[in-house]
This record gives sequence, C-alpha cells and structure tokens, in this order.
Amino acid sequence: MHPAPSIIAFTTFSGLGLGLLFWLGIDPTAPTGWVAFAFFLIGYLLAVGGLMASALHLGRPERALKAFTQWRSSWLSREAWMAVAALSVMGIYAALLVFLDLQITVLGWLGAVLCLATVFTTSMIYTQLKTVPRWYHWSTPVLFQLYALGGGALLSGRVTTGLVLIGLAALAQAGWWLAGDRRLAASGSTIETATGLGAIGKTRAFEPPHTGSNYLLREMVFVVGRKHGQKLRLIALVLMAVLPAVLLLLPFGHLLAVVALLSHVAGVLLSRWLFFAQAEHVVGLYYGNR
Amino acid sequence: MTDLPATTDRKLGLVIDLDTCVGCHACVISCKGWNTENYGAPLSDQDPYGADPSGTFLNRVHSYEVQPQDAPAQLIHFPKSCLHCEDAPCVTVCPTGASYKRTEDGIVLVNETDCIGCGLCAWACPYGARELDAAEGVMKKCTLCVDRIYNENLPEEDRTPACVRTCPAGARHFGDLGDPDSAVSQLVADRGGIDLMPEQGTKPVNKYLPPRPKDTWQGEVDVLAPFLEPVAEEPKGFLAWIDKTLEKL
Repeated sequence: MHPAPSIIAFTTFSGLGLGLLFWLGIDPTAPTGWVAFAFFLIGYLLAVGGLMASALHLGRPERALKAFTQWRSSWLSREAWMAVAALSVMGIYAALLVFLDLQITVLGWLGAVLCLATVFTTSMIYTQLKTVPRWYHWSTPVLFQLYALGGGALLSGRVTTGLVLIGLAALAQAGWWLAGDRRLAASGSTIETATGLGAIGKTRAFEPPHTGSNYLLREMVFVVGRKHGQKLRLIALVLMAVLPAVLLLLPFGHLLAVVALLSHVAGVLLSRWLFFAQAEHVVGLYYGNR
Repeated sequence: MTDLPATTDRKLGLVIDLDTCVGCHACVISCKGWNTENYGAPLSDQDPYGADPSGTFLNRVHSYEVQPQDAPAQLIHFPKSCLHCEDAPCVTVCPTGASYKRTEDGIVLVNETDCIGCGLCAWACPYGARELDAAEGVMKKCTLCVDRIYNENLPEEDRTPACVRTCPAGARHFGDLGDPDSAVSQLVADRGGIDLMPEQGTKPVNKYLPPRPKDTWQGEVDVLAPFLEPVAEEPKGFLAWIDKTLEKL
C-alpha cells in the first residue's frame, strides 16, 4: 500500500494515546490534579490527533460523520463508535480526577477496556482484508495491542512493564514479518488463479492495460519500500525496542527517558510505514506480481 | 445497512470470451465515454496530455502470455471490470453504506453522495475493480450501465452495457446469470466458464470463457519426413575446431 503519512500517524499515535489512557484507567493510584491533567492531555492529544489525521486521507472528509452509520457490518464504522465511547468515558474519569481528586475505579476500568477495544477495531480494519494475505491473520491484532500497551506503559512512566511489553512487541513484530513474507504464496492466489489461464500453462503479464500509472498501482502496488525492507526492519526493531531498553536500563534520568520514548515512537512509525509499504495486495498479480 | 442481500432476484452480469477478445480496447473507451457523461460523477483524467497521464477507468484490458508445456506461447487479451460478486467484500467493509448490492438484480453500486472516499472498498476487492476518482474524491466502479439497461428512451438494442454494445468481436455478453436457461448461462455451461480467483470466496457473477484448445498435429506423419531431420549433429572441420576452442576458454 501507498504508506500515506496520515494513516501511519493515525495508527501510531492513536495507538500510543489509547495505550496511555488504558494504563491511566487501570492505575489503582491514578494521578490527580495537575499531574493527571498533564498525563491525560498527552493521551488525548495523541489519540484525538491520530483520529483526526485519519480523516485527512479521505477523498471527502466533510462527510466523515456518515462513517458512524454502518456499525453492524463495517469495522471502520465500529472503530469510529469505539473511539467516541472510549474517549467519552475516559473524559469523565479524567475530569473527576483532575478537578475533584475523585477516582471512580469502575469508570477507569470501563474506559481502559474501551481503549483496547478501539485499538482492536483499528487493527481489524486491516486484518479483515483477505486481499492482503500478510494482514489477514490473528497475529495482526495481537501486534497492534502489544504496540499500544508497550508504548502506553512507557508514556505513563511504567519502565519495567513497558520494557517487557516492548520486548514482546519486538518479538511479535519479527515473527509477524517472517511469517508474513510467506503468506501471499501460501494464500494460493497466483497470476494463474487471477486470470484463470493456469489450465493452459504458465502465465505472464505481457502488457499492462495502460502506459501510465493508475489508482490501483499507486495505492496497492507500492514497491518502493520493498528494496531496503530488511534493513529498515532491523532499524525499526533497534529504534523501537533495543535503544529504549538500553537507555532505560542506564541510571535513570528524565532526559534519557525522553530520548528512549522518542526512539520508541520513531521505531513504531517506521514499522508502521513498513506495515503499509510491504502489504502485498493480490491485485498486484494482475500486473505481474508487482 | 451495508449487509449483503441473502439472495437477489436476478444476477445480472457479463460473460467475457477470452477466445474471441482481440484486445482492441473499444470496450474501455466506450465505457469511459458513456460513464463520464451519465450516471454519477465524471471519470476524471489527471495530466491527460502531459508527461504523466493517469485517469479513472471502470474497465481495463490486460494482456497475458501463456506458455503451454509443448506448444507455442499464446497471447490472451483480458478485459477486467467489476464482477458484481455475490459475496462482495467491498460492500460489507463500507463504513457509510454508500456501497451496496441491489436486491432486484444484484448490481453492486456506489451511492456517491454518501461516499467519504476512504478507499477501503477498493482494498477489499481482489480484482482491482474500484478506483477512487482523484478529482471527485469518491469511489467509481462499473455500474453495469444501470442507466442504459433499463432506459426506455434508448432503442431496445442499445439497452445493454456500453462495453457489450460496442465490442466489435462479440466477446462480451450481458444477461441474467441467475437464470439457468438464459443465453449467458447456457454459454457459460457450454464453454466451461470460470470464476476469477475463486479462492478469495467472492463468488463473482461475471464469468470468463477460457480460450478454446488450439489445434495440435494428430494426423499421420509422411513417410519421407524422417529424411528431413537435420543431418549434421556434430560440427566437423573448422567449426569443430572453433567449438572445441571456445569450450576450453
């Protein structure tokens, strides 16, 4: 897929923000007053900012509210509802903490569950697509959850939990990449099944339908990211997990923690770029498996 | 709601004869011509006369080379447009309900005033049948010329999709594939019509007729034919010397 910056920002930042809100929701001794205000502000800026960014890739953003109508069948619609529900419940929980120093544990837990549910619906938008065998697997939602939980834990200052979770995320990511590389071949879709010409013999795309590019090639047959794919994967893992772990295991300092956090976010952004750039859509088979 | 109808009264669709298609792209042009002037937003072009032209098309013709085991390669022209699938994945992913499948005839359409242009339906389609119009920001797809096939202002012979009406080779057929007695269903049965990417589970309505088998030599070989075999298998003299020398290098 064409890795649209708006979609990368949306999935990365909304995941981080919702992850942070999750940890704030289940915290038995949640911060109050100004400290709570700062934490929730960061969570909301990330989550809302990410969700707003997602509207930027729409062809008709002014009609975005119509996306709330089809929750019965569409994961994208369910995501819209879950996001509103999570942010509303967490908003009440946060307001009580900030202004009244009052913690309603049940509300926090409900909001936390809704935050994870929102991340789940986001991941299902991609997981449901049978046309992208790399995404069409239960491990995709697991990966999204681990990223959100790990990043959220780091943001909320839970160093040990955060390190364990980003370690798990890194392992899951590496496994997801390795298994994903074989998934298009394993899906059974080939140029022969795409054209139905396999009964005659080996099929090869001889001439494309047009000399220029088109929407399909720009959007779904994005090949630039594949050239340095393996190197970029390693860089993503180092930035996302290895470097933050080293920095956080050094004697603690706020500056190091900020650098560790920025490194983690950069790594997640890069891995999300690869998520889209390396998606192999079966429509590419019609164009000679590009 | 963007749920799919459990059944449709009819299954209107196309049957495309890969044996007959000559790859002239007339269907592509007539489709673009009709659909840019009629139903919905026009099919825009970007930089049409410049260095990097691109545009929205609802129908495109690929060409494939197929190499049989023991016969010369074949070139097959392959028109591709929306297959109006029974289990259309593009419909259920739509968050706004803009994408829908009609109960009366099974045509998959986009209500352009509800489309937010998120592109998810195009992602869900294995066939590349949907293209987001860069000027209008809404999803465009084959309508099976819904504004022709029921149009009583047109002469009766024109009440077929523009691509079918224009095909000079007669490689495109339109009809009800839900009726086993219709001409198109008979054609599919006679010629062994196939689904594209059946493993995707979309149950396409449109069918493709595979190219007919090519002639092969099955008669008797003339008794003198063995004398026409090449006689000099091994090079001799100067050529043999060159051959040996080159081998050694």
